[in-house]
Amino acid sequence: MTTTATVPAATPRGTASPFAAVLRTEARLFRREPGILFWTLGFPPVLLVILGSIPSFRKVDAGLGGLRLIDLYVPILVLVALIVTGLQTMPPVITGYRERGILRRMSATPVRPSALLIAQMGLNGATALVSALVCLTIGRLAFDVKLPQQAFGYALALLLTAAVALAIGALVTALAGTAKVASAIGSAVFFPSMFCAGVWLPVQNMPDVLRHIVEATPFGAAARALGQAAAGDWPAWSHLGVLAAWAIVLSAAAIRWFRWE
Amino acid sequence: MTTASTRTAARGAVVEVSNLRKSYDDRTVVDGVSFTVEEGEIFGILGPNGAGKTTTVESIEGLRVPDAGRIRVAGLDPVADHAAVTQVLGAQLQESELQAKLTVREALELYAALYPNPADWRPLAERLGLTAHLKTRFGVLSGGQKQRLFIALALIGNPRVVVLDELTTGLDPRARRDTWEIVEDVRARGVTVLLVTHFMEEAQRLCDRIALIDKGRITALDTPRGLISRTAGSTVISFTPSAPLDEEELAALPALASAEYKDDRITLGGTDDTVTALLSLLARHRITAHQLRVTDATLDDAFLDLTGAA
Repeated sequence: MTTTATVPAATPRGTASPFAAVLRTEARLFRREPGILFWTLGFPPVLLVILGSIPSFRKVDAGLGGLRLIDLYVPILVLVALIVTGLQTMPPVITGYRERGILRRMSATPVRPSALLIAQMGLNGATALVSALVCLTIGRLAFDVKLPQQAFGYALALLLTAAVALAIGALVTALAGTAKVASAIGSAVFFPSMFCAGVWLPVQNMPDVLRHIVEATPFGAAARALGQAAAGDWPAWSHLGVLAAWAIVLSAAAIRWFRWE
Repeated sequence: MTTASTRTAARGAVVEVSNLRKSYDDRTVVDGVSFTVEEGEIFGILGPNGAGKTTTVESIEGLRVPDAGRIRVAGLDPVADHAAVTQVLGAQLQESELQAKLTVREALELYAALYPNPADWRPLAERLGLTAHLKTRFGVLSGGQKQRLFIALALIGNPRVVVLDELTTGLDPRARRDTWEIVEDVRARGVTVLLVTHFMEEAQRLCDRIALIDKGRITALDTPRGLISRTAGSTVISFTPSAPLDEEELAALPALASAEYKDDRITLGGTDDTVTALLSLLARHRITAHQLRVTDATLDDAFLDLTGAA
């Protein structure tokens, strides 16, 4: 170590762990993206408020088993928050990091570039869950929508859905060569996902054949599981199983095809 | 890091590369490259685009896995001991960026936190002229400022070696010269520098030794002066004679490598011996050499000579 003696004296060791430093930096950068903040934290609650302001959404409907449309839409908008972060927000960021050599630059340090991916997935996942909680709170306070009656089942379904949404985002990142392509694929998957989540027509109101198909998709199964837990039932294992299976398959595919450069 | 020092095989050698080979698909990019970088020197890797320079240094950095050959950085294997090597070796990569909205200060703090024993980033920023830009975001820095930041990040882990890959590509002449001074300053502080470049002037000015790489092989490895003197016409003499000269007499000059006659002007390539013999030949014939110019060949000439022949 004779050579380093000529370099200015070393400072006290870093106060934080390397991963904490990466996470803090990514959180800071996340806050500097107003567009991302709006679509993840702002858009789902705003859409909920708009829908809740339509009088017919607040009328009890015998065809919905004595519920109001707004009761059905709270879980759907919780899903929208997850879909937006997983499909729209995260893939272009990570693809851009790869495209611009940011991952490679980090490979030349003692920290693995996977720290950046984990930090990004954690931040996006956490933001989506915060957005989901905001939707639940607004639903409860503004439109008198009951909080999920089966809270534990709801939380389980929510976490599985978050895992699926991040896995889809990771797969898009793995398959897209550039940030532009990632945005394009994200948008292409975005609308079918919103449809499956029941944004245009709640899943339980779909015709039988369509409903069965949609229930086999990740967000269709998620919509049903969240809807059941919201109503106070334990979500059907078939729906939770579909979610878990998608999470595993999509994560495996993302890991298989991910390229660091 | 003490183990790193004691495991260094040859005393003084901080980077050892032997028989490095690397192909992408069917294309051989590095084809049996061997060299040793001594502690404290500026070692240049010079060659045309696509010669295999970057692949060679990326293998040293542990970012690529060689097909064959052996690499040691301070006695460590860059692939097997990657984490340890990153603490001994700092890198400025070709064409890498940082997050656009990250400020200079945040980048310095982040990268300092990635190392177990980092340098204080404040004096480092000061030395590299970054103090005035600490609050500036990476995306709006000029090319020269970005490169200075990357040099700072390469040095922030207190490395023994830094690899600078095409550091001055895309910089204006002023920024390029400033960067050269920084590189000399880095070496003056005891850090070994491995410099990849395709600028002859840069290599000639900075490097103690240069490995000339062409088509994945080292075609020459010497000091800049040594490389120049290897070229057949390392001294160039040009003049306009006051009276016609016998071409055969000129052709008999010692160590003559080339002769060119254009209009009245004669240009000869050779050595100092050629110059001396020419002057006495002119004196014997009482011929005056108008506009006599004797110049040393540059590394440029050496480069063209050494790669052209291959």
